[in-house]
Amino acid sequence: MTSKTSSVLKSNKASGKGSLIGYFPVGYPNLESSIEAAVAMCKNGVDVLELGVPYSDPVMDGIVIQEATQMAIENGFKLKQLFGAVKAITEQVDTPVLVMTYWNPVLSYGVEKFAHDLAAAGGAGLITPDLIPDEAAEWLEVSDKYDLDRVFLATPTSSDERLVNACELSRGFIYAVSTMGITGARTEVDANARKVVSNVRRASGSQNTAVGIGISTAAQVAEVNEYSEGAIVGSAFVRAYQEGGVSALTQKVTELAAGLK
Amino acid sequence: MSNLKDQVGPYFGEFGGRFVPESLIAALDELEATYNTAKNDPSFASELAELHRTYTGRPSIITEAKRFATHAGDVRIFLKREDLNHTGSHKINNVLGQALLTKRMGKTRIIAETGAGQHGVASATAAALFGLECVVYMGEVDTERQALNVARMELLGATVVPVKTGSRTLKDAINEALRDWVANVDNTHYLLGTVAGPHPFPTMVRDFHSVIGNEARAQMLDEFGFLPDALAACVGGGSNAIGLFHAFLDDPNVEMYGFEAAGDGMNTPRHAATLNYGRPGVLHGARSYMLQDEDGQTLESHSISAGLDYPGVGPEHAWLKDLGRAKYWGISDAEAMDALRLLSRTEGIIPAIETSHALAGALKLGKTLKPGSSILVNLSGRGDKDMETAAKYFGLLDGAK
Ligand SMILES: Cc1ncc(COP(=O)(O)O)c(C=O)c1O
Repeated sequence: MTSKTSSVLKSNKASGKGSLIGYFPVGYPNLESSIEAAVAMCKNGVDVLELGVPYSDPVMDGIVIQEATQMAIENGFKLKQLFGAVKAITEQVDTPVLVMTYWNPVLSYGVEKFAHDLAAAGGAGLITPDLIPDEAAEWLEVSDKYDLDRVFLATPTSSDERLVNACELSRGFIYAVSTMGITGARTEVDANARKVVSNVRRASGSQNTAVGIGISTAAQVAEVNEYSEGAIVGSAFVRAYQEGGVSALTQKVTELAAGLK
Repeated sequence: MSNLKDQVGPYFGEFGGRFVPESLIAALDELEATYNTAKNDPSFASELAELHRTYTGRPSIITEAKRFATHAGDVRIFLKREDLNHTGSHKINNVLGQALLTKRMGKTRIIAETGAGQHGVASATAAALFGLECVVYMGEVDTERQALNVARMELLGATVVPVKTGSRTLKDAINEALRDWVANVDNTHYLLGTVAGPHPFPTMVRDFHSVIGNEARAQMLDEFGFLPDALAACVGGGSNAIGLFHAFLDDPNVEMYGFEAAGDGMNTPRHAATLNYGRPGVLHGARSYMLQDEDGQTLESHSISAGLDYPGVGPEHAWLKDLGRAKYWGISDAEAMDALRLLSRTEGIIPAIETSHALAGALKLGKTLKPGSSILVNLSGRGDKDMETAAKYFGLLDGAK
């Protein structure tokens, strides 16, 4: 299995640069604008794109992302548009595009069909915040079949046994949840983040770790990259877009990517 | 015949499981381990039984509703009086059990979701009794239609947080409670109020409510000398229904009927009839039937009853439906409100609007059963909390009727 996501993270780590993984919800504020925003992120310093699927019941998300994804749904986002968006983005940039989705939309679409259509559109794989490896039998099978990344989560309270399993089953990277909480900017990255990453290191010698939740500044991006393979930023980008559209978003991406030099 | 009663989670057939963020797994494991230890510890059972005897007021009685039954064809109707429990509904059965587990886990704070407010009131009550901090999430729409229960919770010392996202009802209150739990899981227990959610909740909450059916089965045999031909209960998440059904699951001659809220009516888009009109999916941590659009987005449910206004349902009901062991019918707002008034006027018992769906169901069901049959209805709660809605509905406040 080859994972483009993993290659990007590993080579950025090796060159001492580190990686910035950026989240943006597809369909927000509408389909066209979200594609434009995502492409701008990739062109201005995001190394891996995390394209979020709007969902009615996003229990891992704070208010910024909740409001954006709710607006996307109200503005008519339909799941089948996701694949066209992935295609449009991957035709313009080389950045790996991971789709971040709650599980029910995938189940409803059909796990195999979703994987097939995502791979056909050039997508790299899925980040699944409410699908734990224990419940993922079908996804494990079809993600192998279509050579897709699958990113599971590691948290401050995950047991060593669970971490070993999650590292073994993740492909691309494992998502280290920095703090016990939901998405949203925080002034400091939780000390737990280092602990989670070191627990992951103990569980696996080779798996990449990217740290997410609460990261919003260049200093935090740099700090996290000292001990992991990447910093994941979401709410801060969505907020920038809310405040000033693509130009404010581009500026925020440039600013945070500067933390990597 | 295999024993349906012995089924425990995480799965009921293809339903159930744990579809939650990894952040919650340690807490669910801890809860499961604590519950399994307690279940095998006779001192836990006796502590809970003593609380039920001296605080809840168990056993709850059975009342035969003779005048009401004359409207249901030629059948006898028996009411299991969970409305007489302290706090006014069945919800206290589960709350006291989980509150004892909260103490065992050394946690100091409970959070709860509530629709009708009955689970919130029961949680606030247990928090007061055990000296726990209590935060209740309640959809903003529900804080308005169940204002009396908001005041009760606050008087009991709980903080009520109106949830303003999404449909602003029970579904969104659960989302907000889950978000709180993810952030505060080291000192907080999420005291989930129905048989939905991730394992172990559906099994554990069912076990705590099985006292309803266990008592009722023995009472029917002792006092009347027979088992009922059919059981009737309303189904929101499904806790009062499964609590009644469980003891009878392996009695082949006892039929079971769950009554879902059909809102404006079964052939309209505005309903909460999840088992009738939903399809399997994942919501709030479990795989079960749910109301969803073709993209898997949860649909808003509609019901006059805040406690039944939920687009999901517990996984054990999904399993019983697919097995054909229980049947699930829809009852409209209008049918429920008629039954509410009828029970009030024929028996002097004002039921909750949720419960009125079971009563309306019994009226319908009675007409389909053999003459002389008997129906045992779970009278899950009393109607005090619904006086404003009922008074408006029947035009009692402005003298319009
Ligand atoms: C009196 C009463 N009955 C029934 C219900 C519905 O819940 P469940 O289906 O879990 O019994 C509620 C919920 O608020 C209630 O207050």
